[in-house]
This record gives sequence, C-alpha cells and structure tokens, in this order.
Amino acid sequence: MDNQLKRGLLDVCVLAAIKDQDSYGYQIIKDMKPYVEMSESTLYTILKRLELAEMLTVRTSEHSGRLRKYYRITDAGLERIQEFKNEWREVMSIYQFVVKEDANNE
Amino acid sequence: MNKQEFLDQLKARLSDLPSKDIEDRLGFYNEMIEDRVEEGITEEEAIREIGSVEKLASQIMEEIALSKNVKKQRKHHRKLKAWEIVLLALGSPIWISLLIAAVAVILSLYVVIWALVASVWAVFASLTACAPVGFAMGIGFILVGNSITGIAMLGTALVCAGLSIFMFFGCKAITQGIILLTKKIFLAIQNYFKAEKEDHHE
Repeated sequence: MDNQLKRGLLDVCVLAAIKDQDSYGYQIIKDMKPYVEMSESTLYTILKRLELAEMLTVRTSEHSGRLRKYYRITDAGLERIQEFKNEWREVMSIYQFVVKEDANNE
Repeated sequence: MNKQEFLDQLKARLSDLPSKDIEDRLGFYNEMIEDRVEEGITEEEAIREIGSVEKLASQIMEEIALSKNVKKQRKHHRKLKAWEIVLLALGSPIWISLLIAAVAVILSLYVVIWALVASVWAVFASLTACAPVGFAMGIGFILVGNSITGIAMLGTALVCAGLSIFMFFGCKAITQGIILLTKKIFLAIQNYFKAEKEDHHE
C-alpha cells in the first residue's frame, strides 16, 4: 500500500484504539491485531507523532509496582477521527465506482 | 536472552540517537515486555514476540528516516514569518520597480524576436513583389528593343522568384518555431502557478 496513505490510516487506527478509554502500548497492539498487524516500532513512531500533533496526551501511572504510560485522546484527536469518517465515505464511493468499471470491462 | 540483555543490546544499536530518545524507546520496549510477561508468558517468549534486536534497530532507523523525510517536505513550503513580511513591505519601492524593469526587459526581448521575424517576412514580401515586376519590366525592355537589359531583368526576376520560394519555407519554420516556444513558456508559467496553488491547499 502507498506509504503516505498507510501512515494516515494507522494514525486514525491508534486514535480509535484510545477513543473510548485511555490505553497503553501493548493493549493498543492487542486491540488492533484482529484488524491490522502493527509492529512496536511503528506504534512508537505514531504515538510520538500524535502526541506532537496534540491529538493525544501521555501520562505515566503506576501499575502493579512499575510504571506504565497511558495515552488519552484529545478533542483534536476526536476531530481527526470524524474527519477520517467523512473522507472515507468519499473514498468508498470511489472504490465502488472503480470496482464497477472493472466488472463492466471483463 | 533476558529482558536486561535485550535492552542493553538495543541500547548499543541505537547509540547514534539522542540519549533522551534512547531512554524513551527503551522504556517503551521495557513496558511492552513486562505487559506480555504479566499475561503469563516468560521474558524469553515475550522478547521473541517483539523480534530480534537487529530487526528492531533497523526498523527504528527506517521509521526515523521516513518521518524526517516527511518533515523536510513540509518545511519546504513554509509560511512567511512576520519580519519577512515587514521586510518585503518596506523594500517594496525597490523590489517592485526592479521586478517591473525585469519584466519589461524580458517583454522587450520578446518583441525584438518578433520584430526580427517580421523583417524576415518583409524581405520575403519584397522578393516576391520583385519577381512579377522585374518580369514585366524585362519583357517591356525586350519589346522596346533593349534586349540585353531585358534579359538581365528577366534573370533577376527569376532569381527573386526562386529566392522567395526558399524564403517562404524558412520564414514559415521560424514563425512556427517561435509560436511553439511561446506556447511552451506560457504552459510552463501556468503549471508553475498551478503547482504552487495545489501545494498551499494541502
């Protein structure tokens, strides 16, 4: 898949994974696993990018005697998800058209 | 390999990065391993799931290179800073007049090119006009009895006619070439502005 496109999609995936409640690295990977495989290094890069873009905030919390980083979505992050949904309607209709044209030509 | 060995090896591989960045990443992988262990698997298994240190280090370097590339692209089309706008405004009496002068020079060069084309066509037109006139005068001289002058005139008229045919193709080619060049220049200018516009829309 086109790199630029994939990056954008994975960003939204991570935002969706922390949308309903704060989450941590391993939980995010587990939640996404049925849909998309993501390596730890990719997740790290995306989390940093989203933090820089102020789409999520990070807090460090104690968890069974050690520290764990929790990620919380911001309003800007929620907005990004909404934006993605709107864009994707358009993308889906383009997809439908491409598939239909393909079928017609066969 | 236990967790500490894994983190030490990773640290060694990432030594080119800023130390804060290294600490941050090691903390991230430490957490990843401990969260897996908490689910009931051993440290070794958790490390195996995450992958080899070599692969991980090369992935990390790749990710960093990628994000740096994107940043560079973004930086390319930055907005003007306040002091740059002020300078542009204060300098406007100078740079606007210079700009107008430059545009005027380019336009005048362009006009000169077309003037040259026009003069070449003028030569062609006069040669073409000379042919029938010379021909008529030549016949006139012969009829009057001055046949040597008449034949010389006829010869000149034929030379003019021949030259004008040659010149016609030459003139045509030059004109077409310059029209084509003009079109290309306009297209290039148009495309440049279009590209600028699209970039700003992003």
